[in-house]
Amino acid sequence: MTAPLDVPGSATEPAPEAVLAGADRKAIQGRSLGQIAWMRLKRDKVAMAGAVVIVVLIIVAVFAPLIVNLFGHPPLEFHREKIDQSTLVPKEPFGGISWDFLFGVEPQWGRDIFSRVVYGARISLLIAFLATLLSTVIGTTLGVIAGYFGGFVDTLISRAMDVFLAFPLLVFAIALAGVVPDQAFGLSGDTLRVALLVFIIGFFSWPYIGRIVRGQTLSLREREFVDAAKSLGARSPYIIFRELLPNLVAPILIYATLLIPTNILFEAALSFLGVGVRPPTPTWGGMLAEAARYYTVPHFALFPGLAIFITVLAFNLFGDGLRDALDPRGR
Amino acid sequence: MKKRRVAAAAVTAALAMGLAACGGTSTTGGESGQSAAPAAKAEFNAALTKVFNPSTKKGGTIKFANSGDWDSLDPADTYYGYSWNFIRLYGRALTMFKSAPGAEGATVVPDLATDLGKPSEDFKTWTYTLRDGLKFEDGTPITSKDVAYAVARSTDKETFPNGPTYLKDMLNWPKGYEGPYKSKDVDFSSAIETPDDKTIIFHLTQPYSGFDYLAQMSPTMPVPKAKDTGAKYREHVISSGPYMFEKNEIGKGFTLVRNPHWDPATDPNRPALPDRIEVQTNVNADDLDNRLMSGDIHIDVAGTGVQPAAMSKILPDPNLKAQTDNPTLQRLWYTSISPTVKPLDNIDCRKAVLYAADKTGYQSAYGGEFSGGQIATNLMPPSIPGAQPFDLYPSGPDGTGDLAKAKEHLAACGQPNGFETNIAYRAERPKEKATAEALQQSLARVGIKLTLKPYPQADYFSLYAGKPPYVVENKLGLAVNGWGSDYPDGYGFLQQITDSRVIRETGGSSNISVRIPEVDKMFDQSLQEADAKKREPIWNAIDKRVMEEAVILPGVWAKSLLFRPKGLTNVFISDSQQMYDYVALGVQ
Repeated sequence: MTAPLDVPGSATEPAPEAVLAGADRKAIQGRSLGQIAWMRLKRDKVAMAGAVVIVVLIIVAVFAPLIVNLFGHPPLEFHREKIDQSTLVPKEPFGGISWDFLFGVEPQWGRDIFSRVVYGARISLLIAFLATLLSTVIGTTLGVIAGYFGGFVDTLISRAMDVFLAFPLLVFAIALAGVVPDQAFGLSGDTLRVALLVFIIGFFSWPYIGRIVRGQTLSLREREFVDAAKSLGARSPYIIFRELLPNLVAPILIYATLLIPTNILFEAALSFLGVGVRPPTPTWGGMLAEAARYYTVPHFALFPGLAIFITVLAFNLFGDGLRDALDPRGR
Repeated sequence: MKKRRVAAAAVTAALAMGLAACGGTSTTGGESGQSAAPAAKAEFNAALTKVFNPSTKKGGTIKFANSGDWDSLDPADTYYGYSWNFIRLYGRALTMFKSAPGAEGATVVPDLATDLGKPSEDFKTWTYTLRDGLKFEDGTPITSKDVAYAVARSTDKETFPNGPTYLKDMLNWPKGYEGPYKSKDVDFSSAIETPDDKTIIFHLTQPYSGFDYLAQMSPTMPVPKAKDTGAKYREHVISSGPYMFEKNEIGKGFTLVRNPHWDPATDPNRPALPDRIEVQTNVNADDLDNRLMSGDIHIDVAGTGVQPAAMSKILPDPNLKAQTDNPTLQRLWYTSISPTVKPLDNIDCRKAVLYAADKTGYQSAYGGEFSGGQIATNLMPPSIPGAQPFDLYPSGPDGTGDLAKAKEHLAACGQPNGFETNIAYRAERPKEKATAEALQQSLARVGIKLTLKPYPQADYFSLYAGKPPYVVENKLGLAVNGWGSDYPDGYGFLQQITDSRVIRETGGSSNISVRIPEVDKMFDQSLQEADAKKREPIWNAIDKRVMEEAVILPGVWAKSLLFRPKGLTNVFISDSQQMYDYVALGVQ
C-alpha cells in the first residue's frame, strides 16, 4: 500500500487511491504525484540551473585530484617565484591569473588558488552533506516521535528543541572546536576535524527539521488513513514507517535541501574564524580569512568568495524549486 | 619577567645593518615642504647609524600620532617599548639609555643620578646619588624619597597591572608587601633605603651585575607622594623631565609643553628642542601612514613600522623608500626543537631539521626582506652589545636549506627516510601559521613530515607548547616561538629562553627546549662579573653552546620599516629604542 504523496492541511482531501486510479485512468495515464512533481520541476528553469550547478560541484569535488592534475598545481605546492619577496604579493598583474594559474596565485607562498578552491569544495560539500544528513535523521526521528505520541513526550522534545534553537551556537562551536584535542574517538587530523564539524553543525540544526516534521505529523495522525490503519489493528511502528513517513518525504526533502546552504555558510564561518579544518588543508572560509590580510590583492578573496556564493545560491534556488514542485500551493 | 610588548604585530625586516651606510639612492625627493635649514639628503637607512639632519635649533611643535593608545602614561604602569622611549620626555629615571645613534645609544648613562650605580662586593646592594637642583614641574625639589616611593608604588600590581616587574621581583621587599596604598606606612627599607635626600640604596635578593639596566626603567621615575592619586595618576603625571602635561584627553590625545622648573644644567642627555609636543591617539593605522607620508604628522609613536598597504606604496618608489629606515630589532623569531620528543632526542635528527629548513621561506613568512627580518643564524640579534653572529648550520648558497647535509644527519640518526612529528604555533598569528607551512614544505623535501597544530595564543605557553608534559604527550617536536628583550643586554635577551631553570613542569615558560647545565652555569658566572665588556663573551659562549645542541632553529631577527619624519631634525635610531629616539628630535 502506498500513501498519497501530499501535504496535509489542504482543501482537497486525497481520495482513496483505488477510486482515483479508477476514475482518471484514461485521462492521466496513472502518473503518480511524484511524476507530476518531477514534471513541474523540469519546467522550472531556475531550479534546473541550480541543479546543474550542484551536479557540477559534486563532480568537481569528487574528481578534485584529477581536475587539479589537468588544470592546476597541487594545492599545497609553493610557487614563490611568482611572488614579490619584499611585498609578498603576486608579481604579475591581476594576481598572476594566467593559463597556468587559472585563478591566480595566493600572496605569500604563491599556491594555486584554482586548486585550493577545487579542493575546498570537497571539505565544504562533505561537511555540509554529512551535517545535513545527521540533522535530518535526528530531526525526523524526534519530530515524528513528538508529533505522533504527543503529551509528555511531545512537551519534552519540544522544549529540547527550544533550548537548542536558543543556544548561542557559534560561541559553543568555537569553544568545542577549540578544546577537542588532536586525537579523540579513535580519529585524528583532518578526519577528526571533519567529524567534529559534522557533529557540531548537524547536532545543532536538527530542531529546524524537527519542528517541521512534528507539525506535519501532528496533523497527519488525525487523518482518516491513520485512523483506518489503527482500526485494523496496526501498531505504532507500522503506522510511523508505513503511513506517516512516506507522507513526510516531501517536507523533509525540501528542508534538507535548504539546510545544506546554511550548513555550507556555517562551515565557512567556522573556518574563517580558524576553528574549522586545520591548515594547510584548503577550505573556502579559511582562504577568505587569509585574504582579509591582503586587501590590496582582491582576487584572493574573490574566488573562494564566489565559490561560496555560487554554491549557496545554487542550493537555495534548487531547494525553492523543489518546494514549488512538491507543494505548488506554497507559491 | 615578561617580554616587552610591541604595539602591533611587529612589522619588521630588511638589509643588514652594515649596508646602512651605502644603501639607498641619493635623492631629495619629498623634501619640498621644508624651508629653513638646508635639507639633508634623504637616503634609505640614513638615520640608522648616524644623526639625520643634525640641529640645535629650538622651538616648534612636534606632532605624534598613535594608532592605538598607551597602556598607561603612569611610569609604574607602562610596558610598551615606545612608551619607554616617549616617557623620557616627561620623566627622568635614575639612569637612561644615551640619546645617541646606533650602538652608542645602547649604553646606560646617569640621569637623575650623578653617576651609574655603585655595587657592593656581592652585587646585591646598589647605591645611587641624586644630582643637585632637581625639581618637579610644580617647583618642589626631587628627593631620593620620591624615587623610593615611586618604586614602592610600582609593586602594587593590582593598581598598576601593566608595568615591568623586575624591581618587584628582584628587590628584598618585606614579606607580603603590596605597595604603599595597601601596606600603608610599612617600612620597606629592607628593599630600598634613603639615608638622606640625595642617596638611594637598593637591596637585591640575588646578585645582579646589570642593575643599571633596571634603574633606567620607568618605575624609578620620581612620583611626589602628596600628588599621587593612585590609578588616576595617569591622567596627570607630575613631570620631572623637560616637558609637562598641558592637557590630557583620555582616548583622544594629549599635549606637552615646556616644564619651567626643568633645569638643562642638571640634564646633559636631553636637548629638549621643540616647544610643544602634540599627541593624537586612536588614529586609524592606514590613515596614520598616509598623513605621515603627506607630512601632516611627524611620527607614528608606536615605532613598529608602516602597515602593509603603505609598504606596497613605499617600496617600489625610490623617492619614498629614501625616506625610510629599516632597523633590526632585538627580537628573534625562532622555532624550538624539543629534545624530549622522539626521534628528536637524537641530536642528528635535530641537526637534520636545522639543515633542511628553508631560511628564505622563514623570512618570507614574517613579511619578507623589509618588514620580516634578517635571516638569523644564531640567537642574539646583532644590535645587542657584543653580539657576534655565527652560522653553525649553513643553509646552502641560496638560503633554502642544505638537503645533502640534512640527509647525512638523518642517516646518522637512524631515520634515513625521514620521520613524522608535529609543529605547534599560535593560531591567532598568521605569520606563525605561515612559518609552520613553510617548514612543513621545506622539511618534506628530506622526508620529515610535519603536522600543523594551532593553539590559542593566550594559553600557548601555560597549557600547550610551554608545558613539558603536554609537549611529550602530544609529540610537539617543533614549536614556533619568538622573543624580544626588554633591554639591549645579553642577559635580558638570553636568560628567559635558554636558562633551563625557568622551565616549569606546570607550564608558562618561553624556554621550551633548552636544557643545558653548562649554560645555566654560565649565567651564574655572568651575574658575578662587574665589567659589562667581560660579560659579553659569556653571552656569545651561551649562544654557541645552544646552537651546538641544535635545540633552537633561528628564523629571523625582526626588522621594521619606519617612515622618517619630514621637517624634523636630529633624527636617528638608537640600538636601545630600535626606533627613532624621541628625546633628541627637533623641528626644522
